[in-house]
Amino acid sequence: MHPFAYERPGSLAEAIALLGRHGAEARLLAGGTDLIIRLRDGSLRPSVVIDLKRVEELRPAIREEDGRLSISATSVMTDIAADPRVRRHFVALAEAAAVIGSVQIRNRATLAGNICNASPAADTAPSLLVYGAVVVAAGPAGTRRIPIDEFFVRSGATTLQRDELVAAVELPLPARRIGAAHVRRTRRRGHDLASVTLTCGVDDAGVTRLAYGSVGPRPVLEVDESGTLADPGSTGEARAGVLERMFLGASPSPRSMRASPEYRVAMLRALGERALRMALDRLGGG
Amino acid sequence: MSDTIPIQLTVNGRQRSLRVAPHHTLLDVLRDDLDLTGAKECCLVGECGACTVIVDGRTVDSCLVLAVEVDGASVTTVEGLARDGSLSPLQQAFLDRGAAQCGYCIPGQLMSAHALLETNPHPSLDDVQEGLAGNLCRCAGYQQIVDAVLAAADGADR
Repeated sequence: MHPFAYERPGSLAEAIALLGRHGAEARLLAGGTDLIIRLRDGSLRPSVVIDLKRVEELRPAIREEDGRLSISATSVMTDIAADPRVRRHFVALAEAAAVIGSVQIRNRATLAGNICNASPAADTAPSLLVYGAVVVAAGPAGTRRIPIDEFFVRSGATTLQRDELVAAVELPLPARRIGAAHVRRTRRRGHDLASVTLTCGVDDAGVTRLAYGSVGPRPVLEVDESGTLADPGSTGEARAGVLERMFLGASPSPRSMRASPEYRVAMLRALGERALRMALDRLGGG
Repeated sequence: MSDTIPIQLTVNGRQRSLRVAPHHTLLDVLRDDLDLTGAKECCLVGECGACTVIVDGRTVDSCLVLAVEVDGASVTTVEGLARDGSLSPLQQAFLDRGAAQCGYCIPGQLMSAHALLETNPHPSLDDVQEGLAGNLCRCAGYQQIVDAVLAAADGADR
């Protein structure tokens, strides 16, 4: 691995100052499950690595405050998947967090890291899109809140500025009852990246939110406000037509080694229907 | 840039103070500085689990952890499982069931299984398979490995 200096700030102000001082030469470290791979293969060669794990304000914490659940930047997938409030209000996020990597990866990987890495296959992204998550970005000018749908740009790129860091991800506690489910397709059971990752959420007003990833440069959110998908009386044909329109945003790469575009689109349809059924069942079951 | 940083950690119950380069991983330091070669270097991307160790009660791929990150932590490696020269019941079950073929993945498998049984003493077959999903066996000796973990869990009842 290329040598680098290591900084371990104790406060958010210190972390932001370090980021400002080193600019493009710096890389932020939370769980390291993506960063250390790229440090080792040489695709990233920062002169300084800033470890956020001892920043007081970013300590692992999931807090309920002001009508939202706030997940701090160093919270790991293992804790998110097991948190009773996440499981109660945001079950599709708990499901996504529980299938990322292996136990070893989930013990280190953070939600903030998953979205900042901005892989199109990020498993938490569809659930965050469906639940309307908000990214809390901290920088020299203070904090700003970025709706998750405005955060992702393309693979590896987000709207986070160079001098900002993600302090937390916030999830507004749902005002309505929502049934939701996360599903994915991988090449093999167990530890693999998703060929398709998808979340469906249906609320008791009949609005269906569907988000999917690993089928284009960034995860996509589509909303059906017509009520067709949520209506148990809709014909299979009517539902399929709505789903088909929602999947127009898919543009899978022909160069991927995980799955062909044809396979991905076929699986998108199958998973979309499956997640919709699960979401409706859960809405019905309370 | 090549400055070293002092860290303190507990490894297998023993306090250690050492200086490490920031770009050296926990795996590098365990093997090269502390001479604990049980954790194996293999894929180096967090897929195979051959380098699995336990940090503060949780398994990690030590190839994806910088040594400076574990300053102040407690680390258990496969060398820390045996007590007073006797194999742990889990290690004994691996032997009894013939779970080790070439043996290269076994330190990692043992650490994942150990951590699983610490939090879930009576795992189902699914629990064991999920708990060990991050540990690949290139001999494909999964059946015996899973059998050994389930046998060790049963044995804990007696």
